[in-house]
Amino acid sequence: MNTETLRVSIWRGKTDGRFVSYAVPRLDSQTVLDVVTYVQRTLDSSLSYRFSCRVGMCGSCAMTVNGVARWTCRTHVSKVAVDGVLELAPLSNLPMIKDLASDMAPFFDKWAGAKGQFKGERSRHDDFASVQPDSVKRKAADAGIECIGCGVCYASCDTVTWRPDYLGPAALNRAWTLVNDERDVAGNERMRAIAGDAGCHACHTHTSCSERCPKGIAPTLGISALKRLTARAAMRGELG
Amino acid sequence: MSAATQARLWYAQRISAMILALCVVVHIVTIVYAVRGGLSGVEILARTRGNAVFAAFYVLFVVSAAIHAPIGLARIAEEWLQWRGRWLNGLLLVFALVLVAVGLSAVWGLYGGG
Amino acid sequence: MAAASAGVDGMRRNDRRARGLPGYWAFVLHRLSGVGLALFLPVHFWALSRSLQGEVALNDFLRWTDTFLFKFAEWGLVCLLAAHLVGGLRLLLIEFGPWRGMRMGWIVGMLGTTLSVAILLAAMMMK
Repeated sequence: MNTETLRVSIWRGKTDGRFVSYAVPRLDSQTVLDVVTYVQRTLDSSLSYRFSCRVGMCGSCAMTVNGVARWTCRTHVSKVAVDGVLELAPLSNLPMIKDLASDMAPFFDKWAGAKGQFKGERSRHDDFASVQPDSVKRKAADAGIECIGCGVCYASCDTVTWRPDYLGPAALNRAWTLVNDERDVAGNERMRAIAGDAGCHACHTHTSCSERCPKGIAPTLGISALKRLTARAAMRGELG
Repeated sequence: MSAATQARLWYAQRISAMILALCVVVHIVTIVYAVRGGLSGVEILARTRGNAVFAAFYVLFVVSAAIHAPIGLARIAEEWLQWRGRWLNGLLLVFALVLVAVGLSAVWGLYGGG
Repeated sequence: MAAASAGVDGMRRNDRRARGLPGYWAFVLHRLSGVGLALFLPVHFWALSRSLQGEVALNDFLRWTDTFLFKFAEWGLVCLLAAHLVGGLRLLLIEFGPWRGMRMGWIVGMLGTTLSVAILLAAMMMK
């Protein structure tokens, strides 16, 4: 049994806050979420943070751990606190609410802005759509469909930092899955929403999003394809 | 500037990139080959004067560069200097025209003028 | 331990440590080489346009090019060109080519080509 102590630095407050240091008992197989939970339950009940499933399914616990956006429930302290140093902060590129909680509203607003909602034309009275699971389009959609909107990719993207109106990797990835969904009819409307410098054409292929996604999704590849598709549509005059 | 226009600019920058990739390789190989053993004004001009192939190739090169570079610089200005607004596009158009003007005068000078 | 700075409007900026990725450095090299080339190009065109004044003017200018500073700048620019070209080809493949991932091998190629060009060109120019 470890008798070690971990010194963890946690952001407290809003923009004008500061890092506060806490001493947490070091345990085997400890996750960063365990650490935060210990601080809130035992040391300082005023600490605000998010979690839900605690088993890597919901994405609620995403925050910045030693400068990198991660899910705290799936991050072992032994993997990140290599020099015994642990620094926790809220997700980047989002307004701060308090402590470790960022405001996810802009993230989801951009999701809507990219027309990230399915739009179909069949009703309950029509037949089911027949979609081949191994078709090129369906496989492309499937490669991005597992996104749970955790915000890690968005928080990792430097282009979002430099261009506050950039829709970001998650919204564009969602748009990509819908562009490949043969049942969807939003077509041109969506293309218009995702083209341009606030859309896919702002991406500079840093690949941070794809490297950091905890679900192994690669928004970079979908965005690259969208650049080509929307540009060709624009050249054909379809985007107005 | 509409999203469609921005998409077209992106496309123009990528197409000009493809053209430039070819032109650059040809250019460097030619220059290195020509430069071995030094070059004098007479030697350069002897090769370029009245050479239509030379002129056509370098006109294409200049125009492609004048499309490719300003669009790239625009992105950098928007992202790292936070410059926004219509004046930025005007500035870049000016830069493109300067490149075309000076570039074509160079080609003309080597091809026939002076 | 570097504290991340809070940005404007209550938004946090990306931490430096989020940038330890090769894709990001490939981008930086590509962008900076592009800026260097964009600044050089007008000068290059202007120098050549002096040939409009005929052979004598061109010879005058070429004498200027024999200086070490000039040759070093020339060498540097060809290196930037090599880096920018290979990085650009990588992007064109990702954006227009068949879907084969982030083509990380091309980043290595970018560095390798730049290095080879740098060494070869320096050797040639010093002969």
